[in-house]
Amino acid sequence: MKKAKEKRSNAIWSVILGILSILYMYPIVMILFNSLKDERAISTNTAFQLPTAETFAGLANYVNAINAQGFLKSLGYSLFITVTSVAAILLFCAMCSWYITRVKTKFAQGLYFLFAFSMVVPFQMVMFTLSQTADMLDLNTPWNIWVIYLGFGAGLAVFMFAGFMKSIPLEVEEASMIDGCNPIQTFFMIVMPMLKPTMVSVGILEAMWVWNDYLLPTLVLDIKKYRTIPMLIQYFRGSYGRVEMGPMMACIMLTVIPIVIVYLAGQKHIIKGVAAGAVKG
Amino acid sequence: MEKAVKKYSPIFVLPTLLAFTIGFIVPFFEGLYLSFCQFTTVKNAKWVGISNYTRVFADEAFLHSFGFTVKYAVVAIVLINVIALGLALLLTRNIKGTNIFRTVFFMPNLIGGIVLGYIWQILINCVLALVGQPLLALNSQAGYWGIIILTAWQQIGYMMIIYIAGLQNVPEDLIEAAQIDGATQWETFWKVKLPMIMSSITVCVFLTLTNSFKLFDQNLALTGGEPNHLTEMLALNIYQTFYARAGLQWKGLGQAKAVLFCLLVVVISFAQLKATRSKEVQQ
Repeated sequence: MKKAKEKRSNAIWSVILGILSILYMYPIVMILFNSLKDERAISTNTAFQLPTAETFAGLANYVNAINAQGFLKSLGYSLFITVTSVAAILLFCAMCSWYITRVKTKFAQGLYFLFAFSMVVPFQMVMFTLSQTADMLDLNTPWNIWVIYLGFGAGLAVFMFAGFMKSIPLEVEEASMIDGCNPIQTFFMIVMPMLKPTMVSVGILEAMWVWNDYLLPTLVLDIKKYRTIPMLIQYFRGSYGRVEMGPMMACIMLTVIPIVIVYLAGQKHIIKGVAAGAVKG
Repeated sequence: MEKAVKKYSPIFVLPTLLAFTIGFIVPFFEGLYLSFCQFTTVKNAKWVGISNYTRVFADEAFLHSFGFTVKYAVVAIVLINVIALGLALLLTRNIKGTNIFRTVFFMPNLIGGIVLGYIWQILINCVLALVGQPLLALNSQAGYWGIIILTAWQQIGYMMIIYIAGLQNVPEDLIEAAQIDGATQWETFWKVKLPMIMSSITVCVFLTLTNSFKLFDQNLALTGGEPNHLTEMLALNIYQTFYARAGLQWKGLGQAKAVLFCLLVVVISFAQLKATRSKEVQQ
């Protein structure tokens, strides 16, 4: 009796959530439809209509976005910056965290506190001085901006790595040292493999941040030469004059589609990573 | 073992420490110092004492942006957490399609603030035009609700995932025991589940709170502070003070605002963490 009632209410909820998910996806679907329309047909009155035979422009807007607006170049910069930054953060922060958790000095503790503190500090506090420092040290190209990302992203990474390392038994590492490994061998052959799940979580969280970051690259990179994807989208709207809506919406879709593909492919890891990061955060 | 690790400390610590010094420590303390100076670049700073700070409190646009941020934060935190928790409760009940729903609700999170801002700007402007209201650039009320809807849309999925993880950790036998004792679903939620997921609530409230105060990309893209700085939040106001105007007086003012902003975020974070941690149930 009770079971049947629960079944029925679950079915009703299933329908309600289904409708809600469709609504949830609507903003993106709307941009998708409009990005396929002819530039002249995009107006506020017809925005909610599907493309028709007359207004359908095929992939013209996409071709425009890729050719005229330099989308592929931006994609390349964004990819390069994200990959180098995340790789640097994973390697160096894992090493640093191991030192912090295994060595009990005032210096290590102080460092840990500073890293944790840097997580809370808003970017606006350091944005001006950071961009000037970056200029001074010539860290203002896509090829070496990862140094800045390593510095500003270290807080979260060290916090999560250290949290996990405190829970792994010391005996394993001690055994490898007794067997004649030096600390470097111990770290790369014993500790690193154990860190894998945390690496995935940290990597996902940091990649989400670097990929979508707008303000830091805007202030550090020369916008005339290098534009990451968020910079490109903002540049579309930020520049004066009439905005070409068609190519802009195509650009938005070109940004969203790879994210959706990566998400659907690695969904399990991404959701797990977020949950793991939050428990410690 | 500690000794051996110490011997290798340069290799382990230096790369991160160096980058951290460049990326955080130096800019942070330099920023602190510059907030007491007048300057246009780091090199021409001239000490002016606390005059930057006194001018912050006379800056009406800044005070308004503070009020606007608080007004936004209160509504956003409640809305996001209540809806996220509601969805999490539904998605832990073995409803058909749970996996698809979870996938859909989480998706907006991965899309960056700038892109989301423009997606919603297009959508909201179309709706406003359809009902004959002024567009976002002239409509601060719509801008306010627009930012709330946009950030709720983005963050609900994230918080939902954290709540789901929390709810899945509530021991099954505890819920069964409550049901055998005759507790209704409502009572099970309030008296068993809710106290058990207090740590998830801490995390989510903490995250939404700091996200709300630090909000920048979405604000810049959706309204850009229009009309007339009325929808400008703290982070955007600081950015505009730095970069939208030329002149000797602005950078110092901006840096002083940034220091106060930083202090505010740090204090809120710690106070909030302390307040909810004390309510958590020890497991």
